[in-house]
Amino acid sequence: MSKNIMILDDSPTIRAMMNKTLKDAGYDVIEAVDGRDGLDKLSGSNARMIVTDLNMPEMNGNEFIRSVRVIPEYEFIPILVLTTESDDSIKAVSKAAGATGWITKPFNPEKLLSVVRKLVD
Amino acid sequence: MQDQEYKDMFKIEALELLSDLEAKLLEMKEGYDDIEQINSTFRILHTIKGTGSMFGFNDISDFAHNLETAFDFVRNKKVNITNDLINLTLTASDHMKTMLDAGDENKADNDFISEEILTALNELVPLIEDSPEKHDTKTAGILKSVSEDASSSDMTYRIRFRPSVDIFTTGTNPLLLLKELRGFGECDIIAHIDRIPLLNEYDHKACYTDWDIILTTKKSLDEVRDIFIFVEDSSEVDIDIIDDGTILDKEPKRDKLGEILLDRGDITAENLVPILQKQDEKQKKIGELLVEQDVVSKSKISSALSEQKHIQKVRKKKSGSVLASSVRVPAEKLDKLVNLVGEMVTVQERLSQLAVYEDIPELTSIAENIENLTDGLRDNTMSIRMVQFGITFTGFKRLVHDLSKDLEKNIVLITDGVETELDKTVIEKLNEPLVHILRNSIDHGIESKETRESAGKSSQGTILLSAEHSGAYVLISVSDDGAGLDPDVIYKKAIEKEIIAPGTEMTPKEILQLIFSPGFSTAKKVTDVSGRGVGMDVVKKSVEALRGSVEIDSDKGKGTTVTLKLPLTLAIIEGFLVEMEGDKFILPLSSVEECVELSQENVDRAQGWDFLNVRGELVPYIRLRKSFDIQSDPPEMEHVVITGVDGQRIGVVVDRVIGSHQTVIKPLGRAMKHSEDVSGATILGDGTVALILNLDKLVKAA
Repeated sequence: MSKNIMILDDSPTIRAMMNKTLKDAGYDVIEAVDGRDGLDKLSGSNARMIVTDLNMPEMNGNEFIRSVRVIPEYEFIPILVLTTESDDSIKAVSKAAGATGWITKPFNPEKLLSVVRKLVD
Repeated sequence: MQDQEYKDMFKIEALELLSDLEAKLLEMKEGYDDIEQINSTFRILHTIKGTGSMFGFNDISDFAHNLETAFDFVRNKKVNITNDLINLTLTASDHMKTMLDAGDENKADNDFISEEILTALNELVPLIEDSPEKHDTKTAGILKSVSEDASSSDMTYRIRFRPSVDIFTTGTNPLLLLKELRGFGECDIIAHIDRIPLLNEYDHKACYTDWDIILTTKKSLDEVRDIFIFVEDSSEVDIDIIDDGTILDKEPKRDKLGEILLDRGDITAENLVPILQKQDEKQKKIGELLVEQDVVSKSKISSALSEQKHIQKVRKKKSGSVLASSVRVPAEKLDKLVNLVGEMVTVQERLSQLAVYEDIPELTSIAENIENLTDGLRDNTMSIRMVQFGITFTGFKRLVHDLSKDLEKNIVLITDGVETELDKTVIEKLNEPLVHILRNSIDHGIESKETRESAGKSSQGTILLSAEHSGAYVLISVSDDGAGLDPDVIYKKAIEKEIIAPGTEMTPKEILQLIFSPGFSTAKKVTDVSGRGVGMDVVKKSVEALRGSVEIDSDKGKGTTVTLKLPLTLAIIEGFLVEMEGDKFILPLSSVEECVELSQENVDRAQGWDFLNVRGELVPYIRLRKSFDIQSDPPEMEHVVITGVDGQRIGVVVDRVIGSHQTVIKPLGRAMKHSEDVSGATILGDGTVALILNLDKLVKAA
């Protein structure tokens, strides 16, 4: 099974941190800077999981999730949302959009991995 | 990549973001309403806040959080852009640049400036709640620190997880959650598939299965709950604590299936009561009955059954660990407890008899309950007094070692059945006879090295001391591979010592038992070890005092085995109640083999001999009437209780046979000390006294 995980964040620092963390854990990482970029890179990426920020220019996280869920290939893909708020209403919107789970910033590499492992084998 | 590298990277990123922010702010003026630009301003502040917090720039992150909130109000049209706000934000942007450069230096000054700017901001946008820590109060639930609730005792949870039908379409794989649970500890998972529809209604995207999980783990409830954090809104997740290390101890019935189903809410008490009544009638399992009656589904039963199993496992594990932490209690307290239980058994017997006599249903059921409880209490109390036979073995090893050295013999003691349990009193009283038997084996049994070698045996002699359970008895045997006993020698000796009359006909086995007769000692020379005139008769006496028996078996040249047969306990026995002219007597049930009738016709046919033909075998009998000098005429039809005494079948003729009886043995008073026919007395259910017969003595006296 593919080990590809797509990460979307407009912050290069966060992308770098996630990329390194996931690669060290044995995953292959596809980086995207926002939702539009993510959708472009998704087709044929064979991604098994997506980690996405919510606030991004050029298609935000929730829009991106909704677009992914209608692609038959990615109907069941686990999507993890990065959020700065622990506010339940924001999580609820993402959940309604089709997010699987969330992780609240700030998080460290161990936290990221523990949540990723929760959602993929 | 090191933390510092991320920090450097973030500084560059943040500086870029801040120049972006500056550019956007400079385009704005009073009443500016380009939503796109306002959104991206918000997003810049949001990113600074979020990314900053990730890499340790907490001051900047908290600061940016307030500005972000202000622009959140702007984009939601709660406040309007003003020149003051633009200017203040520009100042804030500059301040953030300063903070980025300064790092931890000048922290106090920078904090002061931050305060000032935020106070000014608060005046412009009064709705801001100044709570910078708000955003980091709760990170994703799973990430709570493990130490928070690290309880040392094992917790057992029942988790019922019913995923929403569309769980797959949110990207969740429920099996991964189960896998995570499994990683927590001992886990039993039962899947319920009742909801799966027929194929034509089946939606391949839907999840129709739900799960019951019983988990034993050291993790806290919160940690277990956190596994389901992403699905708890959409799915049904019920977590109950079955055991927190104490609940199971408090609720001994917690592992009854009915209780489990009740606890789970699968059935109600109203469901259960009629089923329990039926259970008594039909002798069926409660689970089967519940399914039959359509009260609960089969899978619910199997789930409850697995919970039951799990609880039993947990209990077993617990009792294993409890074993190590035993309590020492003075023996006299135990003796007192045994006495009390004995009284209790007596009273319970009376109650049971009364219940039968009165025939009141309620009373009968109470009496039955009391009977069950008393039985449990009795067995438990007796088991407390049980000690492993092995505790005495060390002493015996020493004995064998010392004696064989004295006698210059090479002897090894092998033990078997160390774990066999026996009443403490019995073990204590056994010590002396066993020492005697062992001495005999070492001294007379095992030959000298030279003799052994010339007989073609290994120069090392072996004595096997073993204990094993056999019904209500424990068999303890001492076997040696020595010279064995010669029946002819014993026979001659017995005549010489006037133990038997010359010409007495005896089987070899009977002859062997003669060594238990008083004053019998075959040792050719008197040694220190044995043969001081104290023979095996002492052994026999002590064993009989424990209501046991002793037997010897020997193969000449090959070895000797002495077997002690001892009751498990001294205080309560299973008795067999018989009646003679209104007086009741108890025979030990363990020696009763069968009961037959004795009609006058049988007696006549035997022509004055007290023998009875039982299926072709002639069985001698004794008449209790004669033994106890009961004058009145016997009933027409008498009964013979056939008993096995010392390997022989002997009948005991009584008027009436009543049946088995839990007998609490009471010692007889001093006045009765010399009555050997009777070994004790017991109080019957109706308050009368019954004598416990000592069969061995009775038979000998007859």
